[in-house]
Amino acid sequence: MAQIDSEKYAVATQLQLTWWRFRRHKLAMISMVVLALFYLLAAFADFLATQDPHATDARTSYIAPQPIMLFDDDGSFRPHVYGIRGVRDMRTFKLVYTVDPNRKVYIDFFGRGYEYKLFGLFRTDIHLMTLKNPERGDGIYILGTDLLGRDLWSRLLVATRVSLTIGLVGVTISLFLGVLLGGISAVYGGIVDTLIQRTIEVIRSMPTIPLWLGLAAALPNDWSVLQVYFAITIIISLLAWTDLARVVRGKFLALKEEDFVMAAELAGASQGRIIFRHMLPSFASHIIAAVSLALPAMIISETSLSFLGLGLRPPAISWGILLQDAQNIQTLALAPWLLISAIPVVVVILAFNFLGDGLRDAADPYG
Amino acid sequence: MIAFITRRLLLGVVTIFLISVLSFIIIQLPPGDFVDAYIAQLSSSGSQVSAAEAENLRQLYGLGEPFYVQYGKWLGRIITGDFGESMEWRRPVTEVIGDRLWLTLLLSFAALIVTWGLALPIGIFSAVRQYSFADYAFTLVGFIGIAVPNFLLALVIMYFAFVWFGASVGGLFSAEMALAPWSAAKVWDLIKHLPLPAIILALGGTAQLIRIMRANLLDELRRPYVVTARAKGLSEARTIIKYPVRAALNPFASNIAYLFPYLVSGSIIVSIVLGLPTVGPLLVKALVAQDMFLAGTIVLLLGVMTVIGTFISDLVLMWVDPRIRHQMD
Repeated sequence: MAQIDSEKYAVATQLQLTWWRFRRHKLAMISMVVLALFYLLAAFADFLATQDPHATDARTSYIAPQPIMLFDDDGSFRPHVYGIRGVRDMRTFKLVYTVDPNRKVYIDFFGRGYEYKLFGLFRTDIHLMTLKNPERGDGIYILGTDLLGRDLWSRLLVATRVSLTIGLVGVTISLFLGVLLGGISAVYGGIVDTLIQRTIEVIRSMPTIPLWLGLAAALPNDWSVLQVYFAITIIISLLAWTDLARVVRGKFLALKEEDFVMAAELAGASQGRIIFRHMLPSFASHIIAAVSLALPAMIISETSLSFLGLGLRPPAISWGILLQDAQNIQTLALAPWLLISAIPVVVVILAFNFLGDGLRDAADPYG
Repeated sequence: MIAFITRRLLLGVVTIFLISVLSFIIIQLPPGDFVDAYIAQLSSSGSQVSAAEAENLRQLYGLGEPFYVQYGKWLGRIITGDFGESMEWRRPVTEVIGDRLWLTLLLSFAALIVTWGLALPIGIFSAVRQYSFADYAFTLVGFIGIAVPNFLLALVIMYFAFVWFGASVGGLFSAEMALAPWSAAKVWDLIKHLPLPAIILALGGTAQLIRIMRANLLDELRRPYVVTARAKGLSEARTIIKYPVRAALNPFASNIAYLFPYLVSGSIIVSIVLGLPTVGPLLVKALVAQDMFLAGTIVLLLGVMTVIGTFISDLVLMWVDPRIRHQMD
């Protein structure tokens, strides 16, 4: 049995070896599952949303989180929430809306709600949960509502989609710049190498947030949500490629000395073939590890910029924009559930860090 | 050693040049020229600008001429100490910034000290007592430090301080000291208020440094020379402090150049959450109001101060770590 195992080990491809090694890293495996779940949530954000994330209603301002009751009084399975009722505050004479525990509103599965496009392609209005015969203001408020009466759960889902994809798009741009410049730096060496390395040092020794803020503030006010989204992504990735470039350059230089590269050269392989067929596959896993460590930094950058009001702008929804609502202490004292938006930020960043650590350890299967 | 200093100095000059170009680009970016914006701002606040005055201003900044001419004129004025006027405050930019720049640097520097002061002993402890309860506890805190962006940490701490103590934790001065002229009492007040924001700011960097220090020291501790030192009867503390720790200090040396800019950067956003009187809130307000001279100047000064701070810390490290001194010769 041991014989077969070691044979299997000897003929396994680089990818298989990396995967076997990665599987032993429990925390990284769990993180991968968590991240997969988050991306699933992001993909089906609108389907899982219970309210229109943009719909405002003064009646539902600052409703506290309400659990979904699964069983009716007689013990049968009929999920429901409580309705909303207006009460006159006898001191201020203002109409205050609160939850009315006497009126049950039942939940419909796969019912019709607001219209959206699934995956940005299929127009539909089917949601996982909607309410049966709701009165005005009734809704499923799992995580409560904000000042304008928008449902936090639905907004958080859409924000997750925006924040997670902005990280991916940004990392793709950084990866492109990093591999290109890091590769050029290592392959050509000499003055080109010096120039690129000094540029990296200069970029890294600048305080980034003031620069981002300055550049982001100059985006025209009349740009659409999508334009701002891409502009912000580009601004963030322009300063973030340096780490990737260093990893790529370091690996390139180390591999140049390897026997198999020499063998390929002697066999008459072209430079392009040596780079893409022989060198790149052997450090692809290192790049993947570096990327998974660069992603959380991207997400933090976008969140910080939007939090300061200089990143994405409403009506766009991202984690930073949601946290902007929780910026001052008066609001937090009144509606502490607004801080819930911080939880996915922390969980995702932590998961990406663990995943990156696991991948980095696994990237060197012979080490 | 001289080669090292020269190289660092040259790099610093290039960085400052690039930062100045970027700051100027930031000033130029909003649509229309900034004299138009300035005039619009003035007339909205009631005062009129004659055509001659406007022309005068255009001449002064070389508007309509090529970018590099404008940049040259702007830079020339800055070297003589004239940073332009803030549109929103109608006062010279330097006056508006005032003490805020120094407080920003003080806060970043305090955070740097906290980072080192925490990372070094904790890193050593975690490596020497690997897999102990304390090691796991520090690792956990470290991961939280990495995963929680510092502005979020500030927000959460502020919330709990409010809930538990009913007090607001923001600010660098007590209310009665904020506007007082500088005195010994005010400095003491500042020292008392500094630790909390400095720790919040430092946590992310500390967490990373602890992990690097721990990993490096673990590698060193397995080396044969440690066994030799022990075999020769050196006390345990001396064995560890004298050789492996010094060898493992490398990350402190190589990361310092990037730690300080990172902290200055972070201080902007932490200051906004905690309401600290640094340049952070001023910068964001200036950018939102498109008060570009103020914003550009803040970006420039922050960049320059960061470069100088990094250079000084390089010198300190060179003095501490002989390898850096000799590496470059």
